[in-house]
This record gives sequence, C-alpha cells and structure tokens, in this order.
Amino acid sequence: MTTKSLTTSVYDWVDERLGLSELAAFARHKTVPVHAQSFWYYWGGISLFLFLVQCFTGVLLLVYYRPGAEAYESVRQITFVMHFGWLIRSAHAWSANLMIFSILVHMFSVYFMKAYRKPREFGWLSGMALLGIASVFGFSGYLLPMDELSYFATKVGLEIPAAIPVIGPAIANMLRGGPEVGEFTVQRFFALHVVVLPAIFLPLLGFHLWLVQRYGNAAPPSEEAKPAADRKSIPFMPNFIRKDLAMWLISLNVLALLASVFPWTLGRQADSLVPAPAGIHPEWYFMSPFEMLKLLGNVLPGESGEIAGLLLFTLGIGLWILIPFYDIDKPSGQHARAAHYFGLLAVFALLATTAIGYWTIR
Amino acid sequence: MSDQVVLVEDGNLPNFAEDLSELRTRRFFLAAAGAAGILYTAALAYPIYRYLASPEEMALSATAVTEVTLKDAQKLPLGSVLMFKFGTSPAMLIHHADGRWIALSAVCTHLGCTVQYEPQADRIHCACHGGVYNPYTGANVSGPPPKPLKLFKVAVSEAGVEVSRA
Repeated sequence: MTTKSLTTSVYDWVDERLGLSELAAFARHKTVPVHAQSFWYYWGGISLFLFLVQCFTGVLLLVYYRPGAEAYESVRQITFVMHFGWLIRSAHAWSANLMIFSILVHMFSVYFMKAYRKPREFGWLSGMALLGIASVFGFSGYLLPMDELSYFATKVGLEIPAAIPVIGPAIANMLRGGPEVGEFTVQRFFALHVVVLPAIFLPLLGFHLWLVQRYGNAAPPSEEAKPAADRKSIPFMPNFIRKDLAMWLISLNVLALLASVFPWTLGRQADSLVPAPAGIHPEWYFMSPFEMLKLLGNVLPGESGEIAGLLLFTLGIGLWILIPFYDIDKPSGQHARAAHYFGLLAVFALLATTAIGYWTIR
Repeated sequence: MSDQVVLVEDGNLPNFAEDLSELRTRRFFLAAAGAAGILYTAALAYPIYRYLASPEEMALSATAVTEVTLKDAQKLPLGSVLMFKFGTSPAMLIHHADGRWIALSAVCTHLGCTVQYEPQADRIHCACHGGVYNPYTGANVSGPPPKPLKLFKVAVSEAGVEVSRA
C-alpha cells in the first residue's frame, strides 16, 4: 500500500466515524467580509492566541510554583535558579498584559462596528463576561509572587469590595482569608487563578467562539448598507485563517521580544512592616478606575465619595453591557448615534484618566 | 516529481526549461521555509526543555558527591540503623551487634523501593516485592533483586562517621 492510499484509508476510517468532511464542507463555505475596517477582525484571534500562551506558560510556572508561605521563595527560585525561568515568568506576565490590551481593542472594535446588534447580543454579553474574568485573572495572578507590589496592590484592590455598604467588609475578609493579606490570601487566590477562573472561563470562551462560527463576522453598518454585489469577502479556509495565523506569529514574536528584552522584575518580599514604596501605582489596566476614584474623592471626600464612585462605575459598566438592547437597528438612527458618542466618551474618559494617573505619579 | 513524463507539444519546447527553474525556486523556497520553521520551533523548545530539566541538572551535581560525614553517628547503638542521603539517594548505616560498621545503598536493585534493615531477622528486606539482602555484604539473598546493594567505605572517628564511595 502506498503512503497516499494509506493516508486516504485512515482519513476515510476517521471521517466515517467523526464526520470530518462535513466540518471541512462547513469551513469551505464560511467567509469573512473584506472592507476598510477588516484589520480589526484579527484582534479576537490575537486575544485567543495570547490566552493559549497564558495556559501554556501558566502550566510551566505551575511546575515550580508553591502557594502559601513559600510563594515568594518559589518565585525567586523560578526567576533566578531554574534555567530560563525568568523567561517563562516574563512571557506569562507580558502575555497577560498584551491579552488584556488586545481584548480591549477587540471590544472597542466590536462596539464601534456595532457588531453587538441582533443576532449577536450573546456574543457581546459573553465577551464582556470574559473580559470581567480576565481582569480577575489579572488581579489574582498579580498577588501570587508575593512581592512588595503584589502585596500593596491586593491590599488596595480589596478595599474596593470592602467599600460596598453593609456586606462589603465580609466580602473582603472572605476574599482575603482573614483581616490581613498573607499566606492564606495567596493560597485562595492561587486556587481562584488556576482552578476556579479557568473552569468558568473555558466553557464561556467555547460559547463565545461557537457564536462566532454560527453568525460569522459582523460587517459595520456602512458596509451592510451597500448592495450585496458591492460587498467583498474572502473564504475563511484557507485565506483568512492563513492571515490569522500570520498575526499569531507576529504576536508571538512581539511577545518573545518584550519578554526577553524587558524581563519582568521581582520586587522585595512582601512585608507589612515596610512602608509602601514611593511612586507605587496600579497596573495600566486598573489605572483608569483608580484615577476616577481619586478624582471623585477630591470632590466628595470620605466614604460618600467611595460609595458615589462605586455607584457611578456600576452604572457606567451596566450601560456598556446593555448597549445591544438600547442600540437596536432602527431607520431613524438616533439611538445608533447616541451609542456611538457614548463609546467615544468612554474611550476618552479611559485614556484621559489613565494619562492623568500616570502624570500624577511623579 | 522529477521523473514525471512531460508531454511537450510542438513549439512548446522552450517552456520546459522555464518550468524546471520555477520548480527549483519553489523547492528551494519550501526547503528554506521548512528550515526556518524548524529553527524557530527549536528556539522555542530549547528554553522550555532547559527549564523543565533544571532539577535534573541540580541533582546531577549532587550525585557527584563522593563522601558524606554523618556527625555524631559514632554514638549509634549496637544493632541499629541510621538512614541518610548519599548525594540524592537513600543509604543506610548499620552498627551491627558484633560491633561492625556497614554502610550500603538503601535502594532496592529490583524496582527502586527503599529497603529496611531488620535486626531480629538480621537481614535487609524490601517490602515492595519481598527481596532479601545480606546486611554485611549487601548480597542479594532471595526474592527478585538481580544485583547486590552497593557497599560504601566507612571510617569511624570521635566526631562522626565518614561514608565514602568504595
């Protein structure tokens, strides 16, 4: 039997049982629209790729990481003793940041292309949930090395749920595993980071991707308005997937470059008796809410400011999440314009408060 | 591919040479892309391999140990045993009832369980599969072990017991 006929008979055997040719036929008919904004279609794929990198490097870190009292020592060992441990850890940290960034780009491109409209509401909602979980991933992972920065970041971060009236302190104590950030906090953040969050994230991601298969890429309204004959598209297989994979390769190269040229540092071991270092500030993706709370605190000092801030955040995020139910495709276009301006306002507020935040560190 | 029969129509002969050079360029491109791919994968795989192999390399430097000093082990009572690590692997120091000092590897030569000295039976026994060794020579007496236990040199002094490779 020649190699070719052997391959065909193996394929036929598997195909008969798993229906591979149906999948292949489905993939052949799938197309991706081509227009001036097509570039933004890559960002969902880039986010997915970086998530896969997180899973892979995360498992590698798991090989030597020890939660609890030994957390700092084990991360020190990974960074300075194990061969290339610094690189693996650096890749995990950089990829986490790049993933949050690409999810944000993906979210705003979906927003401004109005890709959340019928029938894609669930795509938007599941995407928002994934972003929410990703930020909890970021927050919980940040504590795991148990150095100075992670200690204070967690301490400050947990003040936010603690500000919720009545039940806030109980929630914060539950998350912290006691009144102080310590080894119990690391232990439960570890369980959250490597077991609980992935267990919620993965099925949700599957759902999100399934919806993309079901409804395909949304074209922006300007494109939808064109007659069908004027709209261009390319086959998903192999044209789009080839470009998608090229983007993955570029992402991997960017990541490798950042991780090796700017290795992630490890601060001094967390110690509640050592005062917070000067210029300490949250990661860039938490800078905006941090600065908004600070600005609001200037106007409304004390507890009332905190509560007002929380209410404002909840309201803003609530409106953002519910946008598909407000901006439905109507001929008047009034709601569509309002949603567009709300989006611009959100981008402006995020960028401005982030800039102010970094400006005022100095 | 090269031994395919090419049917050439009249007047199309010059194309043959062009096709051939195109084929060569194509082959060269595929080979270069394949080589680049292999190099790229290797560049990713190498740090991961070294990272995962780190403990093995550390152990390697530990197995290079040629002698171990057991402080205060000279006080070990007659007919008793002291378990210790020679490099990374378990070993035992036996102070026999007749006063002889014997040090042996405590790793069963059958499937690597840690063996036990039994003073009443005056034997070394492996609980995993019932291997029995002679506690003076390390010789495999009965059961599945294929080889004797490795014997170490012992030097007893005021300060302790020094165990070294025989």
